Amino acid sequence: MIDTSLPAAREVARRAHEDPYRLGHRDHGAGPVEGAGHGETGPARKRIIVGYGFWIFLLSDIVMFACFFAAFAVERNATAGGPVMSELVEMPRVGWETAALLLSSYTCGLSFAATNARSKLWTQVFLIITGLLGLAFVLMELSEFIGLASRGITPQRSGFLSAFFGLVGLHGLHVTLAGVWLATMLAQVQVKGFRPEIVHRLICFNLFWHALDIVWIGIFTIVYLIGAIT
Amino acid sequence: MSESEFDPRPYASVLDDREDHAPGDEPVEDTGHWVLNSNIGLGFSVILTLAAFALANSQIMYAPAIPVALIVLAIAQMGVHLVFFLHVTTGPDNTNNVLALAFGLLVVFLVVLGSMWIMHHIAGNMTPMSRMADVPF
Repeated sequence: MIDTSLPAAREVARRAHEDPYRLGHRDHGAGPVEGAGHGETGPARKRIIVGYGFWIFLLSDIVMFACFFAAFAVERNATAGGPVMSELVEMPRVGWETAALLLSSYTCGLSFAATNARSKLWTQVFLIITGLLGLAFVLMELSEFIGLASRGITPQRSGFLSAFFGLVGLHGLHVTLAGVWLATMLAQVQVKGFRPEIVHRLICFNLFWHALDIVWIGIFTIVYLIGAIT
Repeated sequence: MSESEFDPRPYASVLDDREDHAPGDEPVEDTGHWVLNSNIGLGFSVILTLAAFALANSQIMYAPAIPVALIVLAIAQMGVHLVFFLHVTTGPDNTNNVLALAFGLLVVFLVVLGSMWIMHHIAGNMTPMSRMADVPF
């Protein structure tokens, strides 16, 4: 044993602590634990690996959104004599869309708190509220697009409108697909309960839903608010 | 066992016992912690969103500065979402998550700013449409 009160021994302990081969879980005092990543009990727990892998996917999804944001920024003045952004913005609608998505992010967080407390009822209740708010968002966006189309404002009108419908539509498509995922999770939680793989899926669903709200912050700020005033 | 073959296990208690964890996940926390985080996140987000909408619809600021202020508010709100909703923090248990995020942000800024910069110069060097007829192909 090394006396850790000595500075040199502290240094050894620090190096062991920062050893890259010790990534994953550290042991909690009473010897190696399951999934400690010590090379003795195997790699980190599946829960960590699944969540981290999904985080990498989300970042790649955000990079895809960045490409659409870049297209919008480049094309925003390419209106070809057609409508400009400030003619497209209906401020109250954007406000309600933002409110719906922000509240849905909140209820999604509450659903995961209920999942951690292993309450099936409250998980389902908050997931359903999240889904309804998401549905309200998608319907508001759909009616916005239909209203624009009825005024002759369609993606093929100008480069700017292609970029606008591409960016906002891609986000709407994500929310729609997340809604399908949410419905699937409702059924899986009901039928299969809180089995580990179901909890892993709920973690990933939560991450996805919050990430969509983060992308929407960029859209309502850069596309709508800044678009309305310039 | 020699000194060089250092076995870290006896030092588990002097080492930091926090676990690595994935974004959106804190296995050891109780329900109150999650609800509190959600409440704080919602509170900050509502304030920042209202500020952004109020600013965009008012004349209280020097007009050319408003877009910059709106972007600052948006970045602040994204930070709030990351910390309180996605639970990505600066803690040692979150190093991997933050590094992945940093790489993602690097790519995002390269794509967005690079596109704007290059396309701005291309637009600046383009023959004006009125003179296109004179260009010999």
